[in-house]
Amino acid sequence: MSNTQISAIRKATVADSTPRETIGQSISRVIRSNIRNSVMFLVLIIVFVVFAVWSKGTFVNSFNLTMLVAQTCVVGVMACGMTLVIVIRHIDLSVGYMCGFLGAVAVILMETVHLPAILAIIMVVALGAVIGLGEGMLIGKVGIPAFVVTLGLMIAGHGLELLSTQKTGTIIANNAFFLQLSNGFLPPIFTFGTISSGSTLVIGVVGVVLFVVLQISSRARLASHGLVVEDAWWFILKIVLVFAIVGFLVYKFATFNGISYALIILGAVVVFVASLQSRTRLGRHIFGLGGNPEAAELSGVNVVKVTALVFVIMGSLVGLGGVLLASRMAAANPTAGQGSELLVIAGCFIGGCSPAGGIGRVTGSLIGALIMQSLVSGMLIVHIAISYQYVVQGGILVLAVLFDILSRRISAATRVVDQPPATPAVVSA
Amino acid sequence: MSSDQEAPAVADDFILEMQGITKEFPGVKALDDVNFKVRRGEIHCLVGENGAGKSTLMKVLSGVYPYGTYDGQIILNGEEQRFHSISDSEAAGIAIIYQELALIPELPIHENIFFGHEILRNGMIDWNETMTQAKAMLDRLRISVNPETPVKDVSVGIQQLVEIGKALSKNVQLLILDEPTAALSEDDCENLLNILRELKAEGITCVLISHKLREVQAIADTITVLRDGKTITSMDATARKIEQPEIIKNMVGREITNVFPPREHVTPGDICFEVRDWSAYDPKQGREILHNINLNVRRGEIVGIAGLLGAGRTELALSIFGNTRHYGVSGEMFMNGAPVRFGSSAKAVDSRVAYVTEDRKRNGLVLMQDIKFNMTLPDLGKLLSGPFIDEPKEIALSRRYFDEVDIRARSIEQIVGTLSGGNQQKVSFAKWLMPEPELLILDEPTRGIDVGAKYEIYCIMNDLVAKGMSIIMISSELPEILGMSDRIYVMSEGSIADEMNAADATEEAIMHKAIG
Repeated sequence: MSNTQISAIRKATVADSTPRETIGQSISRVIRSNIRNSVMFLVLIIVFVVFAVWSKGTFVNSFNLTMLVAQTCVVGVMACGMTLVIVIRHIDLSVGYMCGFLGAVAVILMETVHLPAILAIIMVVALGAVIGLGEGMLIGKVGIPAFVVTLGLMIAGHGLELLSTQKTGTIIANNAFFLQLSNGFLPPIFTFGTISSGSTLVIGVVGVVLFVVLQISSRARLASHGLVVEDAWWFILKIVLVFAIVGFLVYKFATFNGISYALIILGAVVVFVASLQSRTRLGRHIFGLGGNPEAAELSGVNVVKVTALVFVIMGSLVGLGGVLLASRMAAANPTAGQGSELLVIAGCFIGGCSPAGGIGRVTGSLIGALIMQSLVSGMLIVHIAISYQYVVQGGILVLAVLFDILSRRISAATRVVDQPPATPAVVSA
Repeated sequence: MSSDQEAPAVADDFILEMQGITKEFPGVKALDDVNFKVRRGEIHCLVGENGAGKSTLMKVLSGVYPYGTYDGQIILNGEEQRFHSISDSEAAGIAIIYQELALIPELPIHENIFFGHEILRNGMIDWNETMTQAKAMLDRLRISVNPETPVKDVSVGIQQLVEIGKALSKNVQLLILDEPTAALSEDDCENLLNILRELKAEGITCVLISHKLREVQAIADTITVLRDGKTITSMDATARKIEQPEIIKNMVGREITNVFPPREHVTPGDICFEVRDWSAYDPKQGREILHNINLNVRRGEIVGIAGLLGAGRTELALSIFGNTRHYGVSGEMFMNGAPVRFGSSAKAVDSRVAYVTEDRKRNGLVLMQDIKFNMTLPDLGKLLSGPFIDEPKEIALSRRYFDEVDIRARSIEQIVGTLSGGNQQKVSFAKWLMPEPELLILDEPTRGIDVGAKYEIYCIMNDLVAKGMSIIMISSELPEILGMSDRIYVMSEGSIADEMNAADATEEAIMHKAIG
C-alpha cells in the first residue's frame, strides 16, 4: 500500500469522527476550555457586587470608582511588564520599592534640579530601563536566579527610596503638567443632561464599537482561513459581558469627572504590550522561551537578548508607574509604592499567568490587578482592619494559583488527542 | 518464539522469572512476550541494540511501570510479585543502578550510602553507626577513600561503587546494573568487574546490561539477547565459550523488510558542510567528549551517523549547532568551502543549518503552544511586515508545510502537546523546512513513532535531498542507517571509528566498529 493511500484512509477516519453535539455538550465544552478566563471575569463581577452591597453603594459610586481606577493604573502599568517577566519563568520582586524610588527621582529632578517635567519623566523611564537591563544581564547572561537578583534590588531599592528623601523628607511636587498625569481628566468638550463629560462618552462608545468590530473581523478572518472559531453563543456572550462592564464604567465616569490621563496612559501601555505579545517576533520568542527554554534556544532564539529586553520593558514600566504614583500623591514620599509588588505579582497570577511560565496575557493580568485593587479598596471602605486585609490578599493569591493549576488539569483532560495512527500496513510491502 | 534455549546443566533454581512480559506504548510495542529467567547466584548479562527493550524490561521489573500497565508475570523466589513503585521492588530485594547515578553530589559518601534508609536511634540519625557501617561497606568494596568526602569529589568509578554500596546496604538479593561501565576507564571497569565477581561469591545475583561485549564475555554466566522487544536467545556461557560474532548476529539479525521508500541515488554534488579535527571538551563532565572528528556531507546526500548510546553523536550535533551546551570546542568547520563558526543557534539558523532534536518533548517543541506557533518559531523574520507578524501570511505558510509533511490534526491551531508522537515529529520537521536550510541535522528522526509515520518521515527526507538539501542523520536503528544513508560514519567513544559506503555496509560490520 502506498503512502498516499494510507494518508487518504487516515484522513477519511479523521473526518468521520466528529459527531454533532447537543447544546448542553457545547456549553459544557466551552466552559471547560474557557474555565480560566470566564472565572476571572466572574470573580471580578462578584467582588464588585459584594462590595457594592456591603458598602451600601459607596463602593460603586463615581468618586470611588475614579479612585479605584487611579490606583489600578499604577499597579496595572507594572503588571503589564510583570506578565512578560512571569511568562519567561522569572519574577521581579523589586517593582514596589523601585517604583517609589523612581517616582521620587522624578520629583527631585523637577523640584530640586528644576528640569522640565517631560524631561524628568523621560529620564526616569530611561533610568528604569537601564536598571532593568542590569537585572536582565545578571539573570540571562550570568545566570543568577531572578529571585535573588530582584530580592537584592528590592532591599537596595528600599534604601535608595529612603536615601532620596532623607534630607528633605517628603518633597511636594508643584509642576502642573506632572500633577495632571494622575489627577487630571480629559476636558469634557460638551455636556448634556446628567452627562458631565461628553468626551468620555464619545471615547467610550467609539472604544466599545471598535472592540466589537475588531472581534468580529478577527473571527471572520480566522473562519476564512478555515480555522476553528469560538461557538457563536459564547462569542456573543463575551461581547455582551465586555459591553456591560465597559458601559457601566463609562457611564459612571461620564457622569462624573470623565476619563483620567492615567487611564489613557495605561490603555496605551496595554495596547503596546498586548500587540508585542501577540503580533511581534519578540512576543513569540518570549512565549517560546517561557514554554520550553531549551527548544526555544535550539530554534534560534537568543535567550540572553530576550531576557534582557523583557527586563528592560519591565524597568521602563516601573519608571512610568513611579511617575504615575508620585503624580497621584503629588509628592516624593519615603514609603511610596511599598508592598505594591505583591499586588502586581498577585494580579498576574490571578489574571492567568502560569507560575510555571509560558502562559500569560497582559489583558488578563490587568483584570487580575483590578481584582486585587478592588479588594484593597473595598475592604477599606467597609472598614475591615488592615491586618485582615493582608490575610485576605495572601489567601486570594494562593487560591488563584491553586485554581489555575486545577483548571488547567481539567481543560487538559478534556482535550482530544489526534487520531491514533492506523496499524502499520506498510511493513509487508 | 524462535529462540534456541540451551538447557543449563545444573538443576534450575531461579531467583527471578519474568514470563510473557508485554509492554505497549501508544503506537509501539516495546516488549513483546519477553521471557527472562535469572538463576540464583549467577551473573546474567542482558544485551541488545539501543531500543531493543532492555531498559523497558528493567523498568517493568523495578516497578517504574507499575503492575497493571504491562501484561505477564514477575516471579521472585517462586512468588508472583506485583510492584506498584520502586519502593515495592526495593522492599523485595531488587536494586537497579542506572547509568545516570542517583547520588547527591554535595553529600559525603557515607550519607549517600544510607540516604533514604538512614540508621535511626530514638528517632534521630545515629551518625556513629552510620559511619561504622559505611566504613565496613567501603572496605567490602575495596574503596580506600575517606567516607566523609563529598561524592562530587571522587571519580566516576568510585561513584559507581558507592551506588553499589547503597544498594548492598539495603540487603539486596538481585542487583541490576544498567550500562555501569559506559563512562568508566579501563582500570575502573576491571575493578568493577572484580567487585561483581566477589559479590557473586557472596551469593548476590547480578544482572548486567552492557554494550561492551568483551566484558560480557569475561564475566557472564548466562547471556540473554533482546531484539525488537523479543527474547532472541538465552545462552549458557558456563557450558561453552560464547564468541562475539555469535552475540552480534543475534543482536542485529533481523529479517530485512522493505520499510524504506525507494530513492534515486543521484551522484551527490559538492561538499556542503565539513568539520575537520573537531574536538569538544565538556566542562561539566571535566573530560573531552569528542576527539578529532573529520566528517563531511555533500549536496543531496544523506550521511548516517551510527553508534551506541554515549558515543558522542548528539554531542557532536549540539557542538556544531551553536554549541548551546558551551563545550570548549576546537577544530575547523566549513560551509560551502568557507570557514564558519556558529556562536549561537541563531547564527546557525542564519547560516541555513537546522537541527531536529533527539527528544522532541524535552528540547524540540513548545508543547503548550499550537502547531502554527512551533512551525514558525525558527523563522519569524520571514513573516514580518514592519514590526508585526503578518497573520494571513503566517497562516498560509503554516498551512502549506502542514500539508507538505501531512500532519494529521484538527487544524494548525491544535496544541502540539495533544498530538501523537508521529505528528509531533512531523511538526519538528516542518518547523525546520520553513527556513529552507541547506544542511539538516536529524537526531533520531523516527524515535518512538510507529512504522507508518516512520515511512512518511523517510519520504520527506528523500524529497528534501532530491531538492539538493544535505542531511546528517544520527540514528541508533541500524536498518534505518543502512536503508536511508548514502554514506555512514560509525562513532565510538567520541571518535569516528569508521566511514563506509552504505552499499558495502552491513549491520554486523557497523556493530563491530561501534562496540570498538
